[in-house]
Amino acid sequence: RSACPRRTFQFFSPQIFIDNEWHDSVSGKVFPVYDPATGEQICEVQEADKADVDKAVQAARRAFALGSPWRRMDASERGRLLAKLADLVERDSVYLATMESLDCGKPFLTTLFVDLQGTIKTLRYFAGYADKIHGTTIPMDGEYLTFTRHEPIGVCGQIIPWNFPLMMAAWKLGPALAAGNAVVLKPAEQTPLTCLYLGALVREAGFPPGVVNILPGFGPTAGSAIASHMGIDKVAFTGSTEVGKLIQEAAGRSNLKRVTLELGGKNPNIIFADADMDLAVEQAHQGVFFNAGQCCTAGSRIFVEEPIYEEFVRRSVERAKRRVLGSPSDPTTEQGPQISQEQQARVLELIQSGISEGATLECGGKAHGLKGFYVEPTVFSNVTDDMRIAKEEIFGPVQQIMKFKTLEEVIERANDTDYGLAAAVFTNDINKAMAISTAVQAGTVWINCYNALSTQCPFGGYKMSGNGRELGECGLKEYSEVKTITMRLLAKNS
Amino acid sequence: SLQAVKTSHNELYVASCHLHIILIVFQLFINNQWQDAQSGKTFPTINPSTGEVICHVAEADKTDVDRAVKAARAAFRLGSPWRRMDASDRGLLLTRLADAIERDAGYLAELETLDNGKPYAISYCVDIPNVVKCLRYYAGWADKWEGKTIPIDGDYFCYTRHEPIGVCGQIIPWNFPLLMQAWKLGPALATGNTIVMKVAEQTPLTALYVANLIKEVGFPEGVVNILPGMGPSAGAAIAAHMDVDKLAFTGSTEVGHLIQQASGSSNLKKVTLELGGKSPNIILSDANMEEAVEQAHFALFFNQGQCCCAGSRTYVQADIYDEFVERSVERTKNRVTGDPFDLKTEHGPQIDDEQFKKILNYIDIGKKEGAKMLCGGKAASDKGYFIQPTVFGDVHDQMTIAREEIFGPVMQIMKFKTLEEVLERANDTKYGLAAAVFTKDIDKAHYLSSGLRAGTVWINCYDVFGAQAPFGGFKASGNGRELGEYGLDNYTEVKTVTIKVPQKNS
Repeated sequence: RSACPRRTFQFFSPQIFIDNEWHDSVSGKVFPVYDPATGEQICEVQEADKADVDKAVQAARRAFALGSPWRRMDASERGRLLAKLADLVERDSVYLATMESLDCGKPFLTTLFVDLQGTIKTLRYFAGYADKIHGTTIPMDGEYLTFTRHEPIGVCGQIIPWNFPLMMAAWKLGPALAAGNAVVLKPAEQTPLTCLYLGALVREAGFPPGVVNILPGFGPTAGSAIASHMGIDKVAFTGSTEVGKLIQEAAGRSNLKRVTLELGGKNPNIIFADADMDLAVEQAHQGVFFNAGQCCTAGSRIFVEEPIYEEFVRRSVERAKRRVLGSPSDPTTEQGPQISQEQQARVLELIQSGISEGATLECGGKAHGLKGFYVEPTVFSNVTDDMRIAKEEIFGPVQQIMKFKTLEEVIERANDTDYGLAAAVFTNDINKAMAISTAVQAGTVWINCYNALSTQCPFGGYKMSGNGRELGECGLKEYSEVKTITMRLLAKNS
Repeated sequence: SLQAVKTSHNELYVASCHLHIILIVFQLFINNQWQDAQSGKTFPTINPSTGEVICHVAEADKTDVDRAVKAARAAFRLGSPWRRMDASDRGLLLTRLADAIERDAGYLAELETLDNGKPYAISYCVDIPNVVKCLRYYAGWADKWEGKTIPIDGDYFCYTRHEPIGVCGQIIPWNFPLLMQAWKLGPALATGNTIVMKVAEQTPLTALYVANLIKEVGFPEGVVNILPGMGPSAGAAIAAHMDVDKLAFTGSTEVGHLIQQASGSSNLKKVTLELGGKSPNIILSDANMEEAVEQAHFALFFNQGQCCCAGSRTYVQADIYDEFVERSVERTKNRVTGDPFDLKTEHGPQIDDEQFKKILNYIDIGKKEGAKMLCGGKAASDKGYFIQPTVFGDVHDQMTIAREEIFGPVMQIMKFKTLEEVLERANDTKYGLAAAVFTKDIDKAHYLSSGLRAGTVWINCYDVFGAQAPFGGFKASGNGRELGEYGLDNYTEVKTVTIKVPQKNS
């Protein structure tokens, strides 16, 4: 019932989407969804549990059976369906941005220009790949003709987070469907609405029933059922490292399903004295505060070379004080609320630890407003590497600024973490840039920029930030099973 | 079904059977603008079903080529809108072009049939959908054509950039005007090149209509330039141009030789060629007879025999030869010749008077050299360029009709005994474009497909194409491959960049 700027939109229901139809939960349970800007309930959504996951897996299995419409479809036609889905998302982008902004608390304009565009481009990118997934023919020893087929894995479970609901759905659906899989997707319980709307568009685009199934529900029930399911061939999870470990264990205990994980980060942003100061301050600011700090790539450890440290802190504080908190529908708002009361409390607790462990609180530090889950943009200086705010992922609008002296020192400190998702370096010196980008243990390294992500570029983590890569051609590999076929010949010739 | 209202000497408003008013302009398309030829010359384009002039089109010559190359060069300069565009946006423009062609499919199919003579049912159901698919396929490649980073020895960081070559000349034939245009535009634009395209003088109209769509969907000016004109003038000017970086030519082997020489005597522009063929179609005795007969018939007679990959030497194993010939002749006699706008028509006219005479001449030679003419052999109508579908049996490999590309509805059937023999005879040609094998036996299929010197080998099928699958010739049938990922290679210059680093680590 959100007030939306468009007069017409696709009908969808806050129910469970299986076989291109809307279902109530088997248990009859529902759960509430909240607007984090006000704390008020938006609506109730059917809550999927293990029994619903079982139904969805059966539907996906049928859709994936040999000889099914989905298996028999030309690869280029799979691409056409994805392209059509992208066009439909584009058609309804204002409506989707409104719904996403309401459900997540993201500023509306950012949602429209960043989240929606990212979603559309990702679907279009993978639409283009569907008929370009090549196996190879191989000059094997012996009298044989050998070739590989890159087949779809099968039924893929996909569990996505609440920080970029629609875009994360596109990152998952794009490669999985381009490669020919069937999908059981569980959106986060905080933010199921835009994903459910996507189900309606999936049907409108013409995907056969059972190819995409969407199950709103909770991690410990529906998510866990997916991770342990004996009939699911692969699970892709984006979320916290803590839950990532549980997923990996569940896969090992059940059927050894393939697992890819995109987890947390405590990403180092390294600023050298020769950097463009204005650029570095602004990029470091956006790098940590974007999406109210709720990014796995948040640049939450800023290492600044000693000679420019004081100046950098001063400018960063001044910038943070200017950051506009407000209602997501206000076009001047830069920062909305945190996603939930739990997350808000967690951020505030970590801020307190920063204060009690001796970091200098330069600005912010408190909750903001009487309604919703807002936290003031907060800056800490004189942070040392052993403090909790320097080690733990905060996932909130809290910036840590540390000092360093030498290249070798900062590399060692940057790598001294169990995480390894992203990193950045700001410098004019090509040698420093090459040295840092080689040495740092992170899946993405940005040079003189931050959060420069695009659907063509593989993205993922070293160490406990995850395994596997999403996006780019690499993203497809995770959704293919390679079959080698070797045929006897009477006489091989080159 | 087309009613034309002329408003000026070079514009035509056409009310098609879709009650749609469409403008096509019969001029040169340079820098997203329509222009007369510098010389003011025009040439007529003919409806091959009737021999009548459809309209007159501006005729490009060397000076017009120079203007087009200048426009293409300006569109390609560093910092231009085209060079600065996201690769994914190049892909989006190609997708929009495909959408626009799909939108206007009915009209384009009519225009193609009017100018080329191919049956409307085929233009609409085969040519246009494949045009759309080809453009969509290459739209998808634009932002996926990746260089590499390379573990070079020494303290260096090394990577490659896949850059566009630059200004690409493209000369396309008359047998599949729209489709050949798409095969050229797709990979060249996906990779970021600019184009000077000369369309065949027999069939300029649909390409000029597409030029308007190119402008409509938003390609920057100068990226695509389209010149109707003649081979020896406009075509030669492109081949010899000192500021054209690459030339792609589809046409006869005879002209292919000239193009390659012109490249050598001018600026060594990169050359890719898709030329003629005399493709062998080998029917083994265990083949499914009904399918083999129908496919062999289709392989030769499709598009009035005007395919570079026509299966124009049908080798049939001795023990099924007689039955195969009898069935082929019966099928050929049933081939429906007529007005291409009649949906029942299978066989339309040849493209023009020159081809018409050439084909009838080959038929005479065939008879004179002792092949057995089993049906057809004459003009099929006194208007237009229709030739009766013709079958020759008892053809020997040294006969002219067994060695030279006829490019018409004339089928040659030969007899063979063993696999080794037929492989040798099939390869005994200067051509090497395509080949096919009909058999159930897995070992025989592999033996022949490995041994045949042809760029495409079909097994138990013929003329199966996909935008995804590379196509091109061995030997004098050409060099380079079009379509598929391979098609991108021809439009790419690889630049290796090597940066010194203080300390390399793996």
